[in-house]
Amino acid sequence: MDVTQSHEPVHQPVQAPVQEPLAHQQHQQHPIGLYVKVWIALFVLSTMSYLVDYYQFHGLLRWGLIIMLMLIKAGLIVAVFMHMAWERLALACAILLPPLCLLVLVALMAIEADQMLLTHGLFFR
Amino acid sequence: MSASWANPLSARRSAEAAAADRVVGRAVAAGAPAGWRGLIADWSSDRQAFKVSWGKAMMWIFLLSDTFVFSCFLTGYMTVRTGSAVPWPNASHVFSLNIGGTELPLLLIAIMTFVLITSSGTMAMGVNFAYRRDRVNAATMMILTAGLGETFVGMQAFEWTKLILEGVRPWGNPMGAAQFGSSFFMITGFHGLHVTIGVIYLLTVAVRLLRGRYEKTGNYQIVEIAGLYWHFVDLVWVFIFALFYLW
Repeated sequence: MDVTQSHEPVHQPVQAPVQEPLAHQQHQQHPIGLYVKVWIALFVLSTMSYLVDYYQFHGLLRWGLIIMLMLIKAGLIVAVFMHMAWERLALACAILLPPLCLLVLVALMAIEADQMLLTHGLFFR
Repeated sequence: MSASWANPLSARRSAEAAAADRVVGRAVAAGAPAGWRGLIADWSSDRQAFKVSWGKAMMWIFLLSDTFVFSCFLTGYMTVRTGSAVPWPNASHVFSLNIGGTELPLLLIAIMTFVLITSSGTMAMGVNFAYRRDRVNAATMMILTAGLGETFVGMQAFEWTKLILEGVRPWGNPMGAAQFGSSFFMITGFHGLHVTIGVIYLLTVAVRLLRGRYEKTGNYQIVEIAGLYWHFVDLVWVFIFALFYLW
C-alpha cells in the first residue's frame, strides 16, 4: 500500500514508558494526526459516494465510481485503522488472500443469476 | 513458550524428563515422525507463524470467517437481484427522507454512514490512548464509540420501522421485486446485530479498563483487539452502503 511507504519513517514504534511484557509484540502506536487524516479522508470519500447517488449518475460511470470509492475506503480502514499496513507479511497474506476465493463464488453466482433470469423470463410472463 | 510444549504429554513430568523428551523430539523431527505423537509434535513444537499475540491472531481469523459470512449474504443478494425478472425497487427513493416537503434521497443512510465512520475514528483514538497507558481517556473514547454505535442501531431501528410501515416484508413489498425485503432484512439485520454485539464488547472492555484490570500486566492490547472488531463492523458497512444502497 502507498500508505505504508509514504509514512514509513514517521511510524517507528514509539518507545513505551513502561516495559512491554511481551517482547516480541510490536507496538501499534502511530501519531494521532494520521488517524485524523484518514478520518477526514473517509468523510470526504463517503460524501463523494453519496453525491454519486444525489446527482443520479448512471451506467458504467456510477458503478465504476461506487466500486472505486468503496475499495479506497475499505483499504484505508484495513491499512490504517486496523494497522494491517504495519503487520508482518505473513499475517497480511493469511488474512487478505483467502477472501480472493470469493471472486470465484461471485463469478459462479453471476452465471447462475443469468440462468435464473432466463428461466424467470420463460415461466413467469 | 516453555520447551515442554513440544510434547504435551511431558508437561507434568520433571524437568529432566522434559529435557530428555526434547532430545527424543529432535531425533524424531530429524527422522520419521510416528503416529499421534508425531502429529502433535509436528503441529506444536514451538513454532509460531504469526508474530502477534494469540488474541490478535484469533480476532483476525474470526474476522476472516465473518468476511465470508457477509460475502455470502452479499453474493446471494447479487444473485436474486440479477435473477429477478421484476424490477428492483429504487433504493434512492425507498430510503429517502421527506424533510420540509423536500425529498432527500438516502439522507438517513448517509447520516448512519458518517456516524459509523466517526465511531471508527474515536475507536482509533481509544487504541492510541491505551498504548500510551492513559486508561481513563482510552475508556472515555471507547464509551463514546459505543454511544455512536448505539446511535447507529437506533437509526437502523427507525429505518426498519419506516419500511415495515410502508409494507416491506421479507416475502414481498409494494415497490418491486419480492427479494428486496429478504435481502434488506437479512443483510442490515445481521450487520445491526454485529454493531450491537460490538457495543456490548466495547463497554465491557471500557469498564474493565476503568477498574484497572489491565494495570497489573500493563498489557493494553485488548483495546486494539476490540478495535479490530469495531473497525471490521465499519468495513462491512462500507460494502453494504456501496452494494445495497447505492447500486
